Amino acid sequence: MKVTMTVNGKSRSGEVEGRTLLVNFLRETLNLTGTHVGCDTSQCGACVVHVNGQAVKSCTMLAAEADGADVKTVEGMANADGSLSVIQQAFQDHHGLQCGFCTPGMVMSAAALLKENPKPTEAEVRHYLEGNICRCTGYHNIVKAVMAASGQDVSNIAAE
Amino acid sequence: MYNFDFVKPKTLAEATAAMAGEEAQALGGGQTLIPSLKARLASPTTLVSLSGIKEMVGVCKGDDGSLCIGGATPHAVVAAEAAKTYPALAKLAGGIGDPAVRNRGTVGGSLANNDPAACYPSAALASATVVTNRRRIAADDYFQGMFTTALEAGEIVTEVRFPVPEKAAYIKFEQPASRFALTGVFVAKFKDGVRVAVTGASEEGVFRWAEAEAALSKNFSAAALAGLAASADGMITDLHGTAAYRAHLVGVLTRRAVEAAA
Repeated sequence: MKVTMTVNGKSRSGEVEGRTLLVNFLRETLNLTGTHVGCDTSQCGACVVHVNGQAVKSCTMLAAEADGADVKTVEGMANADGSLSVIQQAFQDHHGLQCGFCTPGMVMSAAALLKENPKPTEAEVRHYLEGNICRCTGYHNIVKAVMAASGQDVSNIAAE
Repeated sequence: MYNFDFVKPKTLAEATAAMAGEEAQALGGGQTLIPSLKARLASPTTLVSLSGIKEMVGVCKGDDGSLCIGGATPHAVVAAEAAKTYPALAKLAGGIGDPAVRNRGTVGGSLANNDPAACYPSAALASATVVTNRRRIAADDYFQGMFTTALEAGEIVTEVRFPVPEKAAYIKFEQPASRFALTGVFVAKFKDGVRVAVTGASEEGVFRWAEAEAALSKNFSAAALAGLAASADGMITDLHGTAAYRAHLVGVLTRRAVEAAA
């Protein structure tokens, strides 16, 4: 069947099977390989994208379910001039990634968090990111980056 | 995952018609069903998405004061919209899985699946009536064992009605990897008695702890539970905990739930 959705502001269409996962459509049909598949069992969060403004695990949503939806992936996070968004820049500034595999999901989850809670506490950040696993265990700096992206002072946070 | 036909009806009538097909399976948020399909634990011919049926999404107040939640309402919506009217239920919904799972997973899907460690069945057994496209089912009749419910082929959970208790709380002891309840207890105090529903513990799925209900109905305080212990017979033993451990948790969490109930 044919699906059409807005991806990072552009209308995109493609043929999918009933079983095609949203993440496969993004990666394999649209070649948007920024969204990663880590566990493929809904645990790790590397595949988090926004669907109609909400964070979802794209490995656990059918592409057909996203027909007509507004989808945002990590490729759509940079500013219009190509410079990094505030959240992405904070990840770079605070070394919020080691191997980088979980980063797309972390960035998308962080963006969803800051949209609903612009000044989260450290505990709220850690709680919100519980569906995103960093197997380098680089959580301290990820949390620090999210706190910094929210405009808060991070000089006393984590990464002892 | 084996392939299937995907249909997304816009009305309940269309969904009911689509579900009449052989090997048709309803799809809520898919947070359990899609992993099950990947593992080839299920292989429906047709998947009937319920997410496009507007009449099945949302939280409202019924004529009798009950909270009525559409079967296709995601956990995140319940967590936000029930926060004032039924805080214990909102807290339960807001503690399921993680934020991305809560944006997709639905109350109807959770109750239709009846995972023995899911959170929602405890709240439902503590008070709710399950409404389907055919009938109303009291929670006591609805849950019939692990992954088993009174739902018949083609039946869809369209709404869940929760009478709002005077006091209630849900306390779960999380299995840290899955965030399902290693054991969870929902305590609800109504004018005419107390219900104590336990999830995650029994091999038969969610159940009511009758002795605790009797004691708490006389005296709604943690002290009323002194000396009461849940039996380990029929409790789940797995790598996360033994039957005896879960039986102990039932007592501990029930006391904590009574103390937290407001």
